[in-house]
Amino acid sequence: MEEIASGIWQALKLIGSLDPEVRRIALFSLQVSGLALLLAAGVAIPYGIWLAFSRFPGRRVLIGLTYSGMAFPTVVVGLIVFLLLSQQGPFGILGWLFTPWAIIVAQFIIAFPVIASLTMSAILAINPGMRLQLRSLGATRTQATLALLGEARVSMVIALAAAFGRVVTEVGAVIIVGGNIAGNTRVLTTAIVLETRKGEFAAAIALGLILLLISFTINIIATRLQGRALAR
Amino acid sequence: MKAFGKNVGFGWRVLLTLVALPAILLPATACFQGAERSLVLTTTTSTYDSGLLDHIIPPFEEEHNAHVRVISVGTGQALAIAARGDADVVLVHAPSLELQFVEDGNGVRRTYVMYNDFVVLGPSDDPAQASGLSNGAEAFRRIAESGAKFASRGDESGTHVKEKEMWSEAGVESVESQDWYLSLGQGMGGTLTTANELGAYTLTDRGTFLARKELNLVIVAEGDERLFNPYHVIMVNPDKYIQVQSELAGVFIRFLISPDTQQRIADFRRDEFGLSLFNPVHLEETP
Amino acid sequence: MSDTIYTLDRLVKRYGEREACNIASLEIRRGEALGIIGPSGSGKSTLLRLLNFLEPQTSGTIRFLGETYDARASVSLDVRRRMTLVFQSPLLFNTSVLNNVAYGLKLRGVKDAKTRASDFLQKLGMESLAREHPSTISFGETQRVALARALILEPEVLLLDEPTANLDPYNVALVEDLMQRNLREMGTTIVLVTHNVFQARRLADRTALLLDGKVVEVGPTEQLFSEARDPRTRAFLGGEMVY
Repeated sequence: MEEIASGIWQALKLIGSLDPEVRRIALFSLQVSGLALLLAAGVAIPYGIWLAFSRFPGRRVLIGLTYSGMAFPTVVVGLIVFLLLSQQGPFGILGWLFTPWAIIVAQFIIAFPVIASLTMSAILAINPGMRLQLRSLGATRTQATLALLGEARVSMVIALAAAFGRVVTEVGAVIIVGGNIAGNTRVLTTAIVLETRKGEFAAAIALGLILLLISFTINIIATRLQGRALAR
Repeated sequence: MKAFGKNVGFGWRVLLTLVALPAILLPATACFQGAERSLVLTTTTSTYDSGLLDHIIPPFEEEHNAHVRVISVGTGQALAIAARGDADVVLVHAPSLELQFVEDGNGVRRTYVMYNDFVVLGPSDDPAQASGLSNGAEAFRRIAESGAKFASRGDESGTHVKEKEMWSEAGVESVESQDWYLSLGQGMGGTLTTANELGAYTLTDRGTFLARKELNLVIVAEGDERLFNPYHVIMVNPDKYIQVQSELAGVFIRFLISPDTQQRIADFRRDEFGLSLFNPVHLEETP
Repeated sequence: MSDTIYTLDRLVKRYGEREACNIASLEIRRGEALGIIGPSGSGKSTLLRLLNFLEPQTSGTIRFLGETYDARASVSLDVRRRMTLVFQSPLLFNTSVLNNVAYGLKLRGVKDAKTRASDFLQKLGMESLAREHPSTISFGETQRVALARALILEPEVLLLDEPTANLDPYNVALVEDLMQRNLREMGTTIVLVTHNVFQARRLADRTALLLDGKVVEVGPTEQLFSEARDPRTRAFLGGEMVY
């Protein structure tokens, strides 16, 4: 207990003094996960929308696969990305292994099914009568689709928040494909692993507090939005 | 979106600020541009976690305008990554694995850089009565006989390889199946923390142990020549992997054994502990 | 120009094997309020969706304002925008009441849609609801907002599906008042589906009884109530089980 208390005290001092290394790592984490999220959202949201609106044979299978993607162990994602990006692998030529791009690729893969599934289920959760209601008020097909997406927008923001929380706190995949290189691929989670391994618990706690702050903020936003969405 | 803007405005704004803005700025930041040249070094946790590499590498980076990207893992993983051509140079401490690595055509120019030694740690009440021994194998034998807990790295690291050698020296067989034997699959730091919490015996390099002042574990056996711990640097074979930065790697190897660097290795944290954590082998005077 | 707005001819709608609607012939006159009564499952809602051109019929034709539409006809946006349907369970959009009421105007490219929606709510005495979110208003208020959202479009045809189902008498009176005032002002044609025969009697000029998707009898409301020809009509109006 004493150790945790003094650790937290030292951690607060580290944060309070705006230790440049701690700040850099925190900012870098946000940047990498943010970029991964944006890229994933750019593909996963249209995919989720398409899956929700389209009708074709095999759609149910695809939906099932997308949902189960959320349960895919992140460390296995890390292993697969490692093997793909390795010099021995098919994408070794890119030279992305042990660079921020490798982390972005891994986080992209982790975020994709979360965003796609939640987007899809948000749209499917809208009352099926809503499209008729919109058409009846004089909406064209496109206008009705846009309005339906508008109805699902809160859930989509929640999907983004959930995916961001998942990737920014992910450690297994990031350490495998990024290598936890100082000043290059070290993010909050891998830095915590390193500091713990070194027995530098104060530094680990400082980084942990920042990570908590980030994921709490994201969660609070998501909960607030969800509160509104459910209050309907 | 405009028609519906009102009640999610806040969430959007926060999310944008928190996520999108830094993300867009990312490609502009330094880590994406990098130095002119970079060298990927896979190494063991003991050299990196102790701070040694942060102490000796900066002059190299400055002098050659290159960035050394250090990936610190167990020796087994360090060699495995290198054997796939994903590193340029390795700095490890498991002679038998290193020789195999070179023999397989994966590495060239294996060069001796420094050494330290392994020590056997245990709880201060020493249930195995192994303390004060200078015969490392005897210490391992007593631990096995007493059935006291032993925490193993279990990760094919240099330390783990050495530990397996010691068990076989001690004539203890199929140690992995004993219930007092804990195979952790963790780095040295994690293993020390676990052994400390459980009051278990363990094997560690001296450097990592000295750097961890908060531990309750004490040295029970040391000084056996079999506990000697040499570190070698090896260049990944550029004939096998054309992308290896062989020129820069060669410069790096020469740099490690240069008098200046060797002196920095000898000086590293010496004032703090009263002795060197790592002993250079290319200096005339011994510390 | 005839005073008939809709003419239905052998209009059939099937969902798979099930025949939801099969109307041999029905005329709806411009400016009238036509009540459609019948037990649940008699095809009333299906009929409204067909009249709104929300889904194509299986066979038969709908003649609307001089144009005849068969099962494969494409109905222009302009025609569809002359009518609107207020659904039985009102679905408000997840945004303010004001935005809900302005939505149809925005679709039609009206620039000051919000101002007009605001004025309209004021005219209906509902201005206090304008900034509310649908999640915070009562069911009766929701129903009135849904009606306002339709009325502001000044449709030539207003299709109402059980607009007062599940409402308390006070709110029923409010909604009926809202309908009647606008009916008089704009000369709107109203098709009112209701299972409440008394409501039909209060509001409808003519009333039709639908059973199993077929029109059993149609005529001036008072005449239907006082001297229905078909025994099934008499039974239904008398509150007996028709099946």
